[in-house]
Amino acid sequence: MTEEIVQVSGLTKCFGGLKAIDNLSFTAQKGEILGLVGPDGAGKTTTLRVLAGVLAADSGSVLLGGQDVLRNPEAIKSLISYMPQQFGLYEDLTVAENIRFYADIFEVSHAARQQREQQLLEASGMSRFRGRLAGQLSGGMKRKLGIACALIHTPQLLLLDEPTTGVDPVSRRELWSILYSLVFEGVSVLVSTAYLDEAERCHRLLLMYKGRRLFFGTPTELKSMLPGAVLSISSPNPEVLRSIVVGEQGVLSAMAMGDTVHVVVDDADLRSTQLRARFEQSRVPFGELRRTTASVEDVFVYAISRQRTQIGT
Amino acid sequence: MNLRRTAAIGRKELIQIRRDPRSLLIAVVLPLIQILLLGYGARLDADHIPVYILDQEGSQNSQALLKGFQASPYFDVVKVARNYPELVRAIDADRCKLGIVIPWDFSERLGDGRPVSVQALLDGTDNNSAQLAEGYATAVVDSYANRIQLDWFSRHGLSQQATVPVSVDYRTWFNEDLESKNFIIPGTVALVMALMGALLSSLTIAREWERGTMEQLIASPVTPLEIMIGKLAPYLIIGLLDAISCAAFAVGWFGVPFRGGLGAFFFTTTLFLIVILGIGYMISVATRSQLGASQYALLVTLMPTAMLSGFAFPIDQMPVAIRVVSYVVYSRYYVSALKRIFLGGAGINDLIPEIIAMAIYAAVIAFFATRAFRKQIE
Repeated sequence: MTEEIVQVSGLTKCFGGLKAIDNLSFTAQKGEILGLVGPDGAGKTTTLRVLAGVLAADSGSVLLGGQDVLRNPEAIKSLISYMPQQFGLYEDLTVAENIRFYADIFEVSHAARQQREQQLLEASGMSRFRGRLAGQLSGGMKRKLGIACALIHTPQLLLLDEPTTGVDPVSRRELWSILYSLVFEGVSVLVSTAYLDEAERCHRLLLMYKGRRLFFGTPTELKSMLPGAVLSISSPNPEVLRSIVVGEQGVLSAMAMGDTVHVVVDDADLRSTQLRARFEQSRVPFGELRRTTASVEDVFVYAISRQRTQIGT
Repeated sequence: MNLRRTAAIGRKELIQIRRDPRSLLIAVVLPLIQILLLGYGARLDADHIPVYILDQEGSQNSQALLKGFQASPYFDVVKVARNYPELVRAIDADRCKLGIVIPWDFSERLGDGRPVSVQALLDGTDNNSAQLAEGYATAVVDSYANRIQLDWFSRHGLSQQATVPVSVDYRTWFNEDLESKNFIIPGTVALVMALMGALLSSLTIAREWERGTMEQLIASPVTPLEIMIGKLAPYLIIGLLDAISCAAFAVGWFGVPFRGGLGAFFFTTTLFLIVILGIGYMISVATRSQLGASQYALLVTLMPTAMLSGFAFPIDQMPVAIRVVSYVVYSRYYVSALKRIFLGGAGINDLIPEIIAMAIYAAVIAFFATRAFRKQIE
């Protein structure tokens, strides 16, 4: 039984002459985590703002739980929780005061608030900071407070704009475990992220580039889009290696990742031999060269570089 | 309108005021400083006006007039000048505000029963002080003239219907009792309300935008009306408390009489605050910047209240065009009400015209203020 909580079709939003969202269509099912991925300026934040009913769109339609967001944005506001990219809580209020404020705004009963507050603060390891001013929290704790305020009522849909940006790995893991526990409660999550490793944790992905939809489907489907294979080459100077690789025949895209370069090629065996010869010939130092499984990131970089050559940018 | 959400906004606003030293200063300290400064500084009275006297005659009579000036609390006779140029130099050098010249034929003319005039040279740089000095000087001369008159009558055995030898010019506006304090201080309550109300309300919406808290707030089910009421109600209460403390200060510290009704005081103050807070709120909605909003708010609330409300500068002494403009200035009705409540003993029934004018303003402002805010980012 799948029920679509979000139905977006033909959504367009312009800022001046620039199309921030260009004819975007997608759906999200009840109880799934849908990841919005794309480089900066892809239109992720604008999309979430339109869905949250705080930004008017130019054309298209957005249905949340059957309600028309563009025509009547107020109708959906008690169904959703939205956490903007920038910390949106009151820094001069304490953790508990912020939670209480949003509990009142969403008309959460006193008993439900206490139970939920305790549960959320415990899950995020913040119980001891109840009396601390929000402005004196670290970046990660601010995010977790944001989540706690967003979840103090039980939304049908949670909209999170880059919740893990600038957050330490431990807090990131805590955030994701909170999201998974929500899904069990039947809450749907729409989360944008700049970290592509997090994209793998989503049930489905919406890949955006320049306001348009590049891909929409599961991470596995996304990876199967990739023609050929991915080679991982370790190198003392990945950037230099990458610039050499890009021009080679059969290389579809390449990106530096830490001390390795990930290269998408049409044929793994053929191109391994070819690249090895090329490096030895021009005395480029390199370490291990092996075939690796494609990550979302590899596909993403491939998809975007292909898009660039198509549009000519 | 949901009461719980409105109360939540109000409570949040109060916590923020309590933790923000700047807001606290504006809400608590500024009103007291303002009423103290205005109570002491903006008095239109003058006392101890420095005077030079040139006595060209040097007779017993002229000395008697001179003593009149020395005895007056409004004048300090700095010096008796030797000649006219010295007197003129003293005024030029700002050593005195007033120069009195008693003519050489003072006693002779008095003796003949002919009119005699005493010359007064006034420093008109500050025309208010000059007018007052003139008034006080006239009073001194008048009282002297009265004595001479009685003297002259008794010596000649004439009835009081006889012609007056010294020219007498009565001025009814003369401020015998330092009354300008009573005239000005009630109006300062309006000034305090305008300054405090405009400054604080102009920050409300702009602060949420500047600190990035608005986006999350407008994604919630809270309505614009709940935001407005929740945000302004604390300032209305603070405003009324400030009004009480200002009135208490006016009566207890400056000895201004409070003869009217407390009900009328609260009612008119509430109406005025609704107008001020509504204006500040709308400006805050429109500018989205705390600094810009507070500047605009002061421009449209404090400026007209200080200049055109008749708080210190009487409206009927203004040019016709400005007098017409002053009818549009909502604060004139409040200042007029305040003066009539404090000094005239007015109650609500006596202030119907003022209350109607302010109620119309409050209704119009409230109408537009409730429609000003849109729950949209752009």
